[in-house]
Amino acid sequence: MMSLAETPMQRERAQTIYEKSKPGRRAAVLPEAEVPETPLDELIPAALLRSEPPRLPEVAEPEIVRHYNRLSRRNFDLDTGFYPLGSCTMKHNPRLNERVAALPGHARLHPAQDPSRAQGALELMWLLQRSLAEICGLPHVSLQPSAGSHGELAGLLLTRAFHADRGEERTKVLAPDTSHGTNPATVTMAGYEVVKVATNERGGVEIDDLREKVSEDVACLMLTNPNTLGLFDENIAEIAALIHEVGGTLYYDGANLNAVMGHSRPGDMGFDIVHVNLHKSFSQPHGGGGPGAGPIAVSERIEPFLPRPQVVRREGENGGAPFFDLDHDRPQSIGRLRGFQGNFGVFVRSYAYILSLGADGLAEASETAVLNANYLKARLAQGRAGERLPVAFDRHCMHEFVLSGKPMKRDLGLATLDLAKRLLDYGFHPPTVYFPLLVDEALMVEPTETETKESLDAFAEAIEQILAEAEKDPEIAKQAPYTTPVRRLDEVKATRKPVVRQPL
Amino acid sequence: MLAAIGVDSVADLFEQVPEPLRLGRSLELPAGMSEAGVYERLAALAARNADAEEEVCFVGAGMYDHYVPAIVDAITQRSEFLTPYTPYQPEISQGGLQAMFEFQTAMSELTGLPVSNAGLYEGPSSVASAGYLAIGATGSRRFVVSRGVHPHSRETLATYAVGFGAEVVEVGLEGGVTDAAALAEAVDGETAAVILQSPNFLGAVEDVEALGAAAKEHGALLVVAADPMTLGILRPPGEQGADVALGEGQPLGNRLDFGGPSFGFFCATEELIRRMPGRIAGETDDVDGRRGFVLALQTREQHIRREKATHNICTAQALNALGAMIHLAWLGREGFRELGELLARRTAYARERLAAVDGVELLHEAPVVREFAIRLEAPVERVLATVAAERGIAAGYPLGREYPEHEDGLLVAITERRTRAQIDALAEAIGAAVAESGAIVGNSATKAPEGVG
Amino acid sequence: MADASYPDDLRYHPEHDWARIDGEEATFGITWYAQDSLGEVVFYDPPEVGATIAKDAAYAEVESVKAVSDVIAPLSGEVVAVNEGLADAPERVNDDPYGEGWLVRVRLTDQAEVEGLLGAADYRDLLDS
Repeated sequence: MMSLAETPMQRERAQTIYEKSKPGRRAAVLPEAEVPETPLDELIPAALLRSEPPRLPEVAEPEIVRHYNRLSRRNFDLDTGFYPLGSCTMKHNPRLNERVAALPGHARLHPAQDPSRAQGALELMWLLQRSLAEICGLPHVSLQPSAGSHGELAGLLLTRAFHADRGEERTKVLAPDTSHGTNPATVTMAGYEVVKVATNERGGVEIDDLREKVSEDVACLMLTNPNTLGLFDENIAEIAALIHEVGGTLYYDGANLNAVMGHSRPGDMGFDIVHVNLHKSFSQPHGGGGPGAGPIAVSERIEPFLPRPQVVRREGENGGAPFFDLDHDRPQSIGRLRGFQGNFGVFVRSYAYILSLGADGLAEASETAVLNANYLKARLAQGRAGERLPVAFDRHCMHEFVLSGKPMKRDLGLATLDLAKRLLDYGFHPPTVYFPLLVDEALMVEPTETETKESLDAFAEAIEQILAEAEKDPEIAKQAPYTTPVRRLDEVKATRKPVVRQPL
Repeated sequence: MLAAIGVDSVADLFEQVPEPLRLGRSLELPAGMSEAGVYERLAALAARNADAEEEVCFVGAGMYDHYVPAIVDAITQRSEFLTPYTPYQPEISQGGLQAMFEFQTAMSELTGLPVSNAGLYEGPSSVASAGYLAIGATGSRRFVVSRGVHPHSRETLATYAVGFGAEVVEVGLEGGVTDAAALAEAVDGETAAVILQSPNFLGAVEDVEALGAAAKEHGALLVVAADPMTLGILRPPGEQGADVALGEGQPLGNRLDFGGPSFGFFCATEELIRRMPGRIAGETDDVDGRRGFVLALQTREQHIRREKATHNICTAQALNALGAMIHLAWLGREGFRELGELLARRTAYARERLAAVDGVELLHEAPVVREFAIRLEAPVERVLATVAAERGIAAGYPLGREYPEHEDGLLVAITERRTRAQIDALAEAIGAAVAESGAIVGNSATKAPEGVG
Repeated sequence: MADASYPDDLRYHPEHDWARIDGEEATFGITWYAQDSLGEVVFYDPPEVGATIAKDAAYAEVESVKAVSDVIAPLSGEVVAVNEGLADAPERVNDDPYGEGWLVRVRLTDQAEVEGLLGAADYRDLLDS
């Protein structure tokens, strides 16, 4: 059995900043008033004033820094170790991007600044739009959506506007059974009904099933290509034709764009609307759950409906320099999806990334992502992993692949969850588990291009060791992890009696 | 590596891409650049923006030039917070999860409502998200929204409402605040939510409790958008009957960044917890009894609930919410209150100074905290251009585009960075620009009545 | 409940629900297999009293930490009672799926439907297949 002596971090019990609070302590020194200190209730009626300030913690600055620094060390992060979360594209986040995003010209620019005095920002957005258009193979781009899901919603609202413009009211949206949860969730928010399309044995869309479900009541088909199994759908041209024949739109979830940048373009595959996750393929740091951005690229026929405002480039007067502007005059636009222009700070970082890599660098990134995934898949096809964690679809993958833990469960009594928890002790972030739903005991692995061969080998070796260990004693993994700041947590308790704030 | 895979070249791995779909050429993008080269290029772009270091910023409209303390960056730039993703493996994400829990507690305190999520994208789309929640909670599909709510929020709500199949009814303002009679008239038994903002877009503090009575009467949810920086001194929405309190979080710990990334905060009553959008961190214990945190109530979310999820959100704005928490901890209980008082006093001073300027009038006299609206007897855009060019001041947000009835209106915002001297300079600059404009255009700088040549 | 059990006095629906017939009324719940597959139940979302439920259609939801499951009505009827106790103690569905873990009580609208349900032995066979 594993030694259960507590690690130093485990001995240090979680204490919130509120519990470190002592009345009278304080970090902030505020500026002098400089103006008359009129009693508040002479400025604002007492009935509209708070009687007690909110119970924020009272701590001095060194305490705050120490608290959050110590807290940060209870996190595993990408800068520290391998993080092969499928479909999240955890690639390295270059620090240059932070430096340029922090330039005051970007960071301290008010979004409502007059466009004539924000030309640098608007030009940057326009240049990013052009770059994404070229990468996606679709001419028109809106940077407004704040995340992939937001882009998906934009896409379906654009679809709705497109059909309404033709006097049609359609009610259904098709999505494969392997689709990411955001797809069906978005379908409902956009007022449509989800219809699932089956997956064939090659891992692609089951064409016969699609043919049966396609009709003039179908507004759109939402796909990701390569799909969540990491496989390029070789029938994509036929799929696009089927949808277009009945007048539907074809939507591309760009979560897996990292596989094809510079090699194949969703616009060329026949997609009408594409969202791109800047926090995936374009190196925006994941931030523990955002910020990101989900800009959309669309075909000519969808362009009139793009969100408002659009960043445009206007010709200079009298042959002068071109002028970048926010165009609000878009009568057919679906309107706004959020305030101001979008997550500009994310645009700065992504644009810096695109400039850094350039045309060939982006193509190389995708190539290396695909190489790394296939190599890791090949390593895991050997030894114990090959037997206990077979790949779900036996063909070359693209940038990610899915393994099934079904034999491992059957033969060793270990669930994919247990393998994941034991990987934590080995210093790795586990792959995505239990997704896609199509595969039993799924393990979705996406190494990305910024991992060395040594890193991939180390991961494969860890899996091998865990499986060997489990052959002798499956209990080890079942009780794992042992070395993390906390061990397995009681999620049932957390959900039955939710405690979502500190009682004060 | 190729040998291990069993192929001769990487190109073999791309064979699954049908030949006609292979790009077959380089992307038409410039070649990659050195780090220094990229830096120079981005710096050159940045240099063409008149940011708040170049032009004294009195522009608000939802995002404000507050002073963000240095420790926010020092902490949010740490690899451990910057580079992980959503805490799906809680054992190695206690840092992020506990930070969310602390943030949720803070926002709950600010709004006076017991439940907070870990954040949404930003303010206006959070209003739309509240609309979605209200539809689920009431079964009705009609929203009544005050024109005091941020125009971007109203526009976003209208966009989302098309997908919801919901009707949006707007109620006007009177004297700078929501017309109470018109609101009461507009709310009916089919209303899912009444949506207000306080302080409203024109800076006025609204009597949310009184206005909210109409919602209560008809079983509609009361949704209140608030400026978080004012919640140190204003009575919180939760104490005024709000079912949902939300808003733009940027003033807390986040830069202007030309409009994003920031975050939206979203708080609600206990009854609505299962309808909440977004991530929620919850407290629990591990197998050895150690205190820890996990993502709670995940069955609400898209990755489990799919088409029946309370929202489609996945990636949110976690790092920005962390920045907010650090800023709030830095201000602390007393500091936060003091900052609110400082804002209110400086704003009162600014409002008085500007009202005393020739050619300037207050647009309304409702109580304000940190932003107020004035009327200019000169074309607003011209005054703004003059003041910027000649004095290096961004004087405010022109109201005309979104409030055609206030074509002569200007919204002026105050933060703790706006010193008395800067406020005096603003008043002087506007006065001069209005006078100059009047001298050119003649005595009346207002629009000629229709039909007059 | 630790061991699988399928009481003989109940009737079973292939979607893993049981019915206890009591004259014109019946009580419904989910079987041992269903609660075992779901894991620890954390939340029960019941229908309203007075609601009409239809055989083979979903009438409620049961949630574990990581999954949501539709509960299928074995028979048609009008809901006369809902197990309020599950709001505070949803784990009763796991601990006592046929007793304290009952979900709804209905007034049956079509007695003939009862014939279509499986007996305990047939349900056990279905599970083994």
